[in-house]
Amino acid sequence: MTSLLTYTLKYLPSTSQWALRFSMRPLSCSSQLRAAAAVKAKSKQTLAKPNMRNIVVVDGVRTPFLLSGTSYKDLMPHDLARAALSGLLHRTSVPKDVVDYIIFGTVIQEVKTSNVAREAALGAGFSDKTPAHTVTMACISSNQAMTTAVGLIASGQCDVVVAGGVELMSDVPIRHSRKMRKMMLDLSKAKTLGQRLSLVSKFRLNFLSPELPAVAEFSTNETMGHSADRLAAAFAISRLEQDEYALRSHSLAKKAQGEGLLSDVVPFKVPGKDTVTQDNGIRPSSLEQMAKLKPAFIKPYGTVTAANSSFLTDGASAVLILAEEKALAMGYKPKAYLRDFVYVSQDPKDQLLLGPTYATPKVLEKAGLTMNDIDAFEFHEAFSGQILANLKAMDSDWFAQNYMGRKTKVGSPPLEKFNIWGGSLSLGHPFGATGCRLVMATANRLQKEGGQYGLVAACAAGGQGHAMIVEAYPK
Amino acid sequence: MVASRAVGSLSRFTASRMLRCPGYICRSFTRSSALLTRTHINYGVKGDVAVIRINSPNSKVNTLGQEVHSEFIEVMNEVWSSNQIRSAVLISSKPGCFIAGADLNMLTACTTSQEVTQISQEAQRMFEKVEKSTKPIVAAINGSCLGGGLELAISCQYRIATKDKKTVLGSPEVLLGILPGAGGTQRLPKMVGVPAAFDMMLTGRGIRADRAKKMGLVDQLVEPLGPGIKPPEERTIEYLEEVAITFAKGLADKKISPKRDKGLVEKLTSYAMSIPFVRQQIYKKVEEKVRKQTKGLYPAPLKIIDVVKTGIEQGSDAGYLSESQKFGELAMTKESKALMGLYRGQTLCKKNKFGAPQKEVKQLAILGAGLMGAGIAQVSVDKGLQTILKDATLAALGRGQQQVFRGLNDKVKKKALTSFERDTFFSNLTGQLDYQGFEKADMVIEAVFEDLSLKHKVLKEVEAVIPDHCVFASNTSALPINEIAAASKRPEKVIGMHYFSPVDKMQLLEIITTQKTSKDTTASAVEVGLKQGKVIIVVKDGPGFYTTRCLAPMMSEVIRILQEGVGPKKLDSLTTSFGFPVGAATLVDEVGVDVAKHVAENLGNVFGERFAGGSLEVLKQMISKGFLGRKSGKGFYIYQEGVKSKNLNSDIDSILASLKMPSQPDVSSDEDIQYRLVTRFVNEAVLCLQEGVLATPTEGDIGAVFGLGFPPSLGGPFRFVDLYGAQKIVDRLRKYEAAYGKQFTPCQLLVDHASSPNKKFYQ
Repeated sequence: MTSLLTYTLKYLPSTSQWALRFSMRPLSCSSQLRAAAAVKAKSKQTLAKPNMRNIVVVDGVRTPFLLSGTSYKDLMPHDLARAALSGLLHRTSVPKDVVDYIIFGTVIQEVKTSNVAREAALGAGFSDKTPAHTVTMACISSNQAMTTAVGLIASGQCDVVVAGGVELMSDVPIRHSRKMRKMMLDLSKAKTLGQRLSLVSKFRLNFLSPELPAVAEFSTNETMGHSADRLAAAFAISRLEQDEYALRSHSLAKKAQGEGLLSDVVPFKVPGKDTVTQDNGIRPSSLEQMAKLKPAFIKPYGTVTAANSSFLTDGASAVLILAEEKALAMGYKPKAYLRDFVYVSQDPKDQLLLGPTYATPKVLEKAGLTMNDIDAFEFHEAFSGQILANLKAMDSDWFAQNYMGRKTKVGSPPLEKFNIWGGSLSLGHPFGATGCRLVMATANRLQKEGGQYGLVAACAAGGQGHAMIVEAYPK
Repeated sequence: MVASRAVGSLSRFTASRMLRCPGYICRSFTRSSALLTRTHINYGVKGDVAVIRINSPNSKVNTLGQEVHSEFIEVMNEVWSSNQIRSAVLISSKPGCFIAGADLNMLTACTTSQEVTQISQEAQRMFEKVEKSTKPIVAAINGSCLGGGLELAISCQYRIATKDKKTVLGSPEVLLGILPGAGGTQRLPKMVGVPAAFDMMLTGRGIRADRAKKMGLVDQLVEPLGPGIKPPEERTIEYLEEVAITFAKGLADKKISPKRDKGLVEKLTSYAMSIPFVRQQIYKKVEEKVRKQTKGLYPAPLKIIDVVKTGIEQGSDAGYLSESQKFGELAMTKESKALMGLYRGQTLCKKNKFGAPQKEVKQLAILGAGLMGAGIAQVSVDKGLQTILKDATLAALGRGQQQVFRGLNDKVKKKALTSFERDTFFSNLTGQLDYQGFEKADMVIEAVFEDLSLKHKVLKEVEAVIPDHCVFASNTSALPINEIAAASKRPEKVIGMHYFSPVDKMQLLEIITTQKTSKDTTASAVEVGLKQGKVIIVVKDGPGFYTTRCLAPMMSEVIRILQEGVGPKKLDSLTTSFGFPVGAATLVDEVGVDVAKHVAENLGNVFGERFAGGSLEVLKQMISKGFLGRKSGKGFYIYQEGVKSKNLNSDIDSILASLKMPSQPDVSSDEDIQYRLVTRFVNEAVLCLQEGVLATPTEGDIGAVFGLGFPPSLGGPFRFVDLYGAQKIVDRLRKYEAAYGKQFTPCQLLVDHASSPNKKFYQ
């Protein structure tokens, strides 16, 4: 083709006005093209890898996220999970028997339904031939569910996987004390009346004191809010900055909700109650109001308050993940590719919530992208102080050099691309379900805004963290 | 140097200010014209809060000495007279230390009690001013806050402490034979209540921050921070300062009350304490307990009770006066000189004078999982040393592993460790029956049975598998190291590390070097010992080294005294009333009769007549009857699991009766019996110094007190000679020599000291 063009050009009179004009046009055209490319010059055209299956998200849904103790308070976790699964079935019209596997993430387990994925799938009418398992990795449990799905598809074991997460903080397993449990178990084994009586005689009133699920980190015995407060102090983040960030989250969430951008939310008819249609934790307040709150963890001078922390939330989410060729064969128009991801972990005492700081540069490097390539950032907001600390840490050469073994900082994400539809602080944070919300928010934002790459990052108890690159499916 | 430090701190101070208000630099410069001349204490003003920073140059700790005192007065006067300043924060710039106490040199330099009393009174006056300050002062405490440091802190209006492991508050004066002399005896009871104050001042125990908060000793806690914009330690101090400033402001604005809400129990105790009868009962009880425990050997605890009582019953003026006078008196006592000497010695013996070893020991291997081996493992794993514990049988290994676990778990029960920390520490321990992994060991400590051929066997086995740099240390109490090293291919890497049982409780480690032991090997052993938290003496090789050698003649005398008809109980009470923590007969039971016999026999062969005295036959007969001491359940006493009171083992009587020796009335009074034991000990110790087994008298004193329980009130054998008088000791020895012969012949060095009274072990 080019040879043909040059050939023609060569044999045209060089002084010809027409020829000049002719050659000008494509030139100017290409310069326009180049200018357009310069606006969004990506390090890579796509993250597709040769000889690797492309894995896509067709769509994802979630139940409205509600404050614990509100409309979902009488449900069990698998009820919520079932609602998310039904919603996904309805949204995607995926035939139930095509689904190869179901994976759910959850954190505080209901003992009766320890494999909540299976119970929910059966109740949602999935084929009883579809196996399901439950994963747990604190606040990145549903991220783990999704990446497990990616692994199953990439290795060719499955083609269609549903991944999701659920958390019901309205009800938590409160147990008898160990002593009481031991006595009850021994009693059940006792054969004679004498044995039973001698066991019962050992009963003491303190056996009845209940055992609550630990809200603290097991290894350090420190509650997460406490650690967040210390983290904020270590990064010298003021109360005002934290309140401002929380207000931003609530305001953006309110705006997104108002504009109907939170399209992953599916209505849920709660048995015996009205249909729930939207998140109920979004409450933009004023800085003055927020300033009045007392610190929730480090009293009386700490900076983390109820207003600048994510609240206890009930909710479930689910996404449909397929191999690209399967999705296309089934006639789907996927929303996004799931690309490179990393898990990181660090000191659970002093760096409990710094997962995103460690994971972000790592996943970017793995994908061969830079901070500038990312069009949409979706970070899990556990606490305002935690988000701001992560932003500061990512922007610190000192921190990068002394704690991350890197030569330079990765830089902090520009706020205009960061959690602009709200985040966990405002939308809520059902531990096991947040990961899918982050991925769907990223996918939907990329589709809406026309961006190509999104970055999801989250911290989790145990000092762990996760990040994943989401690439928009071309229109 | 000092000036540059001051300038350095100034520049740091202004740098942070510069960002916010450019005009400030000039101001702070003019303000701080005096700052440049001050070396220990600087201050800056943040808003209306003065931040007073203590940072003594060229020292890891801040202490209260004359210079600090006068600088503090200067600074406080400026703070009080400034119109701009409404409150103050008192903080140390040193990580890990607020104020570690008064400067001991200042006290020991005094020659009369009046001088000491005067020092006390000056401090009292200063702290009273602090207490009465109309501008609230907040003490921001990070690290040790002891003695005078605590007294200063409790004079302040408010205290904020970091919840760091290094933050310890306490009144350890009693351990130095003195009392809190800067108002502590008066303020502490008011602050934490009389019983708690007595506990603190009479035991000298350090109190961690969270406990201090519960007691009302501190008002707020600040959690230490992790990495952030700065290194954790630095940022934590900065954060502590920030928090303290908000509280200082709050106090100045009267938004925060310095008064603490008292709990019900506290209210009840304080009500009970308002009844004179209850108070009298408490004084009586405490006094009784102290008398029983100190056996009248330590004057300080009783004086503390007395001073507290005076303050409460006769008012603070009388209390303060009594405090300063008693402080002066106590500082001049022999006991306080002895205890201060020990404190100094202990500090010296916690340093590695051999320098850093070429290779840091990271992987340790211990042979033998017995009481000693497991004990050594326990104090190693919790310091982060990777430790292999090897034994020959699974049962013996299991017992050892359980001992380590129990040791760590006991700390969990006492809340000194979390269960998670216990698990991580325990994971540093590998129990095994073979030599796997020894090729990576940096040091092997053998703690197998005390038998030369066995030690040779393991040495050869180990040398076949360990790398070239690996140190081989032998934990033996009596076998000469050079004899053990004789089987080694590389004697320069062989050293003795004599631990004391129980290893996790006994502070001493005696390191024994042979002529062939290299300096680097010694440095390595000392480094490991220090890591294990030990107080270390390094001695030359020889039969019994230093500690065992001193103990042996005393033990020989113990047997003789028993043979002369003094019962074990009587002997125990004579020795404990002299200041030994464990009675002499009980000590034999604890050490083990077989071990005692083994040592006595060995050393008796080497040293001959000097170690004679009691008959070995006593020990032999006890062993033949199975009376091995505590470990076999019977020795001089009968030991039963769970039974605390000890009963005499009546079977011993017949043994002693059959081997009875005639007692010599003129050397058998109670006092003579005590001195017969002690002088033999002291004479042998001095001989060790004379022969060069010991390098310094300090090590001799530390070894005797921390390893053998020599009375701390006497400060160790060498301090004892100095304080008691060499002549008197020689006189005693001569008297006993006349009765018993060469065992009591004073050594040349002791005679030299006796003949020239100016000669002292401690100048």
